[in-house]
Amino acid sequence: MTDAISSFGAVGRPVSIHTDRAAKARLKGRYRTETWFKWLGAAAVALAGLFLVLLLSTIVTQAIPALRQNYLTLPIDLSAAKVDPAKLDAANYDAIAQEALTAKFSDVTSRQDKRLLRGLISTGTGVFLRKDIAADPGMLGGTVDYAVPLDDFADLYLKGLLADVGSDEAISTSVTPSETSGDIDLTFGDDAMLTLARGHGATEGENGMLTLTSGASSLLVAFNGGMVKLTALSPGTNGTAVAKGTVIEALDSTAPAASGQAFLRVIDTPEASRKISDKMIVWLDTLKSAGLIESRFNSIFFFTGASREPELAGVWGAVVGSFLTMIVTLAIAFPIGVSAAIYLEEFAPKNRLTTIIEVNINNLAAVPSIVFGLLGLAVFLNFFGMPRSAPVVGGMVLALMTLPIIIIASRASLRAVPPSIREAALGIGASKVQTVFHHVLPLAMPGIMTGTILGMAHALGETAPLLMIGMVAFIVDIPGGFTDPATILPVQIFMWADFPEAGFQQKTSAAILILLLFLVIMNAIAVILRRRFERRW
Amino acid sequence: MNIMTEAGVEQKLSSGTNAPLIKMKGEKVSVHYGEKRALFDVDLDVRENQVTALIGPSGCGKSTFLRCLNRMNDTIDIARVSGKITLDGEDVYDPKIDVVELRARVGMVFQKPNPFPKSIYENVAYGPRIHGLARSKAELDGIVESSLKKAGLFNEVKDRLLESGTGLSGGQQQRLCIARAIAVSPEVILMDEPCSALDPIATARVEELIDELRQNYTIVIVTHSMQQAARVSQRTAMFHLGYLVEEGATDKMFTNPDDKRTQDYITGRFG
Repeated sequence: MTDAISSFGAVGRPVSIHTDRAAKARLKGRYRTETWFKWLGAAAVALAGLFLVLLLSTIVTQAIPALRQNYLTLPIDLSAAKVDPAKLDAANYDAIAQEALTAKFSDVTSRQDKRLLRGLISTGTGVFLRKDIAADPGMLGGTVDYAVPLDDFADLYLKGLLADVGSDEAISTSVTPSETSGDIDLTFGDDAMLTLARGHGATEGENGMLTLTSGASSLLVAFNGGMVKLTALSPGTNGTAVAKGTVIEALDSTAPAASGQAFLRVIDTPEASRKISDKMIVWLDTLKSAGLIESRFNSIFFFTGASREPELAGVWGAVVGSFLTMIVTLAIAFPIGVSAAIYLEEFAPKNRLTTIIEVNINNLAAVPSIVFGLLGLAVFLNFFGMPRSAPVVGGMVLALMTLPIIIIASRASLRAVPPSIREAALGIGASKVQTVFHHVLPLAMPGIMTGTILGMAHALGETAPLLMIGMVAFIVDIPGGFTDPATILPVQIFMWADFPEAGFQQKTSAAILILLLFLVIMNAIAVILRRRFERRW
Repeated sequence: MNIMTEAGVEQKLSSGTNAPLIKMKGEKVSVHYGEKRALFDVDLDVRENQVTALIGPSGCGKSTFLRCLNRMNDTIDIARVSGKITLDGEDVYDPKIDVVELRARVGMVFQKPNPFPKSIYENVAYGPRIHGLARSKAELDGIVESSLKKAGLFNEVKDRLLESGTGLSGGQQQRLCIARAIAVSPEVILMDEPCSALDPIATARVEELIDELRQNYTIVIVTHSMQQAARVSQRTAMFHLGYLVEEGATDKMFTNPDDKRTQDYITGRFG
């Protein structure tokens, strides 16, 4: 042995199995694996982060418009002729508000147009008006400026979600109308308008006739205090262009508008592919430029119950429903779960029966949640005859689902308490129960609470089992108690996502955001509890 | 070894001989952990107001025997104890014996200091409180103070009784655990390698303490240190592979053991 070392030493640097060439290659290989693994891990984390950012940014950008709602301020006539102060319920508040709106557009005369115009304000206007008058009778007796919520399409248009709004460009030629209202002819000083119409999808006909159908962009010409929608164009004499148009807002006179006095408004989205007509757009623009429309915090969304009208739909009913359901879940699952965990972990003998129970509890945690819903339907509703759609039943079903999670988490944290603490307590003559309740349980509590909160967060996001017990019903009233019909946030999201109205798309995202907010808060509480109560030994 | 069945009574009758009373007595004590037998028919007496040291190589059954004395083996599901262990003549494994009462009479200090993650005061006060030993707060304060004094810890911690017991140094923690055991006023204190996690200075303090405590308590100590056994104990029992090899006065064991295995172990030839 000594000989070998001395002979290595003679080489200068001793070569051993840890320093020869093969060893260096092995070492290099080990570092290579490590580098690979690090990069793979980082890539996985980055990918997950990317998806999270994508998801959140999509939801947030979708949800932001739903946080505000446009209101139209109208002079509402609440004189005694319209509303009898003695019989507040007898008045037709919707009609009063609609009259105030149509009064703004005296040139709208046809039944069809009037109906379109009335559709600009929400169908819930009358309800709001009556409620506000009941709260403040001082409004009665005269004309008051009152802000009414806009209908969902009008609201979406103003938020720029239904059609691109386009812009006003001055027309660099003269425009001469033939009439001030109805279907009229317009004469343009040059034929630039023809090229423009071709560029915006006009259909080319005989004699160079260009027709602007509802499949083409809308070309609106504003001049002389009115607005004309172009329907067809054809080349005129001397390089002019002649257009047919429909007056949307009456012109002041048939005087020609000089170059630069008329403005062209192009709405790129064809009328056929949007849910709002040119007329409504023009009216809304007029109202907006008159400063009558303002965007407010959407209190309707946050503080009312469900509705089929997107502008009237709110999450409060679902939030209250979720809250009531969670209270029931917590009240049932926490004490039972923790007691079961304590018994199984600290007191139960380790025999075949407890092993079977243990295995089954672990399996229960993996049972699809809809199965618990079926169980709730069969047992709580059909057998015990409990009320349908009620938070108490929903809470019981979710409690069944949460129980295994709480039991498993509680057992794990009980097991994590060092045995030396148990021995210490037993060693000075504490009984088993004293040992558990004075020493083990307090130390396990942060873990138990964390597990419980995570289980509750899991339950909060659960939809399927509640569909089975009827919590998917359309419920307008905000639930006042545990047995009132209610729905919960995820079910509300599910229902809204199913509604065809465009206005619900933003509401869905906003409701998801609220649900996520709740989950984040619950998880934060779990983290704080863990940090604060974690003890070291 | 003189076997006396009614230890307490007969010892008192023959008290003129100045022989200490037998406090605890093991007769044919065997322990099985599942299929494995850990202890083979051990007969061992523990004498009052003496320190009995249990020595032997690792896995020889000395801790197992110690844990039988206050039935801490009950907490291990697969452990099965046979034979007879008496405390003042009463069989501690008798179903009529309340294990809580037994452990109040036979306290224990563990290998690793294991204070409760509570205040120093609470650590000591917990035992008297659950056993109802103090009728008032003042009385409890008195018990805590005297226990800490007996454990030689009071002067070091008197200003921070409400601070966490886990914040003390290892040696202080172990003395806190001794104070906690004393606070219940046990008759016997079992110590399972109480100094194995301590540095030499802390060890010396605990050893001094053991010597002082001998005046009032009966002590059984498991130790891996021959020197410690020689220093603190009056009687020594040598275990090997689950058998009690030899038992006798410490002086004799360390100078002139009967069994060759004891001699080999003491002189460091195995173990």
